Amino acid sequence: MVENLEKNAKETGIRHYGMHHPQQGIMHVVAPELGFLHPGMVVTGSDSHIATNGAFGAFGFGVGASQVKHILATQTVWFRRPKVMRVNVTGSLKVGVSAKDVILAIIEKIGIAGGNGHVIEYCGSAITGLSMEGRMTLCNMSIEAGARAGMVAPDDKTIEYLRGLPFAPTAEHWDNAVAFWKSIPSDSGAHFDKEVTLDGSLIEPMVTWGTCQDEACGITAKVPDPATFSDPARRGRAEKAISYMGLKPGTSITEIKIDRVFIGSCTNARLEDLREASKIAKGKQVVIPSIIVPGSQTVKEAAEREGLHEIFIKAGFEWRSPGCSMCTGSNGDRVPSGERCASTSNRNFEGRQGRGSLTHLVSPAMAAAAAISGRLADVRDFI
Amino acid sequence: MQPFTKYSAIAAPYFFPDVDTDKIIPHVFLRKPLSAGYRNFLFYNLRFTPEGKTKSFILHEPPFNKAGILISGTNFGCGSTREGAVYALTDFGFRAVIAPSFGDIFQANCLQNGLLPVVLAANVVEQLATYVSANPGATISIDLEDQSVTAPDGTVYKFAIDASRKEQLLKGLDDIGITLTDSKLIDDFEAAYKKKLAWL
Repeated sequence: MVENLEKNAKETGIRHYGMHHPQQGIMHVVAPELGFLHPGMVVTGSDSHIATNGAFGAFGFGVGASQVKHILATQTVWFRRPKVMRVNVTGSLKVGVSAKDVILAIIEKIGIAGGNGHVIEYCGSAITGLSMEGRMTLCNMSIEAGARAGMVAPDDKTIEYLRGLPFAPTAEHWDNAVAFWKSIPSDSGAHFDKEVTLDGSLIEPMVTWGTCQDEACGITAKVPDPATFSDPARRGRAEKAISYMGLKPGTSITEIKIDRVFIGSCTNARLEDLREASKIAKGKQVVIPSIIVPGSQTVKEAAEREGLHEIFIKAGFEWRSPGCSMCTGSNGDRVPSGERCASTSNRNFEGRQGRGSLTHLVSPAMAAAAAISGRLADVRDFI
Repeated sequence: MQPFTKYSAIAAPYFFPDVDTDKIIPHVFLRKPLSAGYRNFLFYNLRFTPEGKTKSFILHEPPFNKAGILISGTNFGCGSTREGAVYALTDFGFRAVIAPSFGDIFQANCLQNGLLPVVLAANVVEQLATYVSANPGATISIDLEDQSVTAPDGTVYKFAIDASRKEQLLKGLDDIGITLTDSKLIDDFEAAYKKKLAWL
């Protein structure tokens, strides 16, 4: 498959960042860091996490293989105008709380189908306070709430991030491009089909306890009792999930023992993610098998320039080459059946990380805290 | 693409909510060529042990192994963009899935492959699932022109579908051919767009 892709790209003249390219990596990490994504663009790809690019105020939505063929043949794709939802996260985030915790809290609130048929605009002070990398983590998981795309309005952070990147507008066009980007945020009186508000200052470091992303809670909570759920569909699903996950209602989340840790994926394998994890890992020792897989060659090299790899290797982490790795159980990086993994990826579906794997989704700092504790741990105890 | 007009088949129930695409086809099979057939990859981890031995699962049991219509729960096909989820269903022999709702990307992929996603009210879907579980081999009929589903007991339920999608499915028309009839519009848009956003 890899060779075919290489051959086809060459024949058709499509730029290809292949396996041995010095800037290769996960598409949702590589494309933004090269400056391919600009505000106002329509971007598609055959992967649902293309929604990551909403961080730039670009409209990125995943399409299937037939639609990719359609795009290559016609430069267009059919898309019915979606409904729009605004998710307003007010206040400011507490120490130890990251973009990953924000998106898990949002999904917990609206449900995994809460965004179906909608495109989400994320706004509010807790969102504008996020870095571009944090916004990428946030938008990346829009699909986990059922939304094809999620966006953050471009602002000065967006513009500064793009300045000077290889595929950013050249000096000749820069001012025109910036003027256009500044013109595209939603009008103040814009109508939304659905509005949701969360208080960002109340969001805790989050953990999923089930097999869907809305089955999540704060680290200080307990595994819930499905009997207390008012929605019968979510109750039935939770009963199945808790049984699959081998948990008991009422158990403190911090009592859950973990067998391995994965820090990586298009959700959480950028430089800032690795920095956050390294702050927790510094001077400590992992007690379970733990791997770190940077999102791209560029991220890997930048991390090594800062010496992050030394912190991780000293702490007992495996420092790996870029790729999707254990998020999807790719290339032999699987969680063995019945083992429990604290993972910075985006899907905790049954068997996602390998047949019979048990996944707890967390932020990079929380994953590092789990690695040195051997159980799910509150990252705030390590700060 | 095979046209979809009228279709009657045995219906199989797999009535659970949020059946995700990882469950419909595990990621590991997606690199397989289509020509190899995706039939055996459908619900692989539910149907087979890690060693490849058959597990007890409804789609192994006659008459459900000959089913052409699947009945499932809300948000069927949530998750990834993988079109393999649709190939696995069609290669197994399914031509329609009846559910209260579908994942957006999965639904779009269905329409590209002549697999009809039929949305019916949750209580109706549950009744159908219960009926076909209790009466293995019961057939359901779908008439796309009429936008109706006829249950084994003769009750008729109407369903909604986008008019242009319906037309395409009825005729078995390929999206690309239809779009290219508007190629001048596309060229004009592209020229204006490149002028407006000259930095791209």
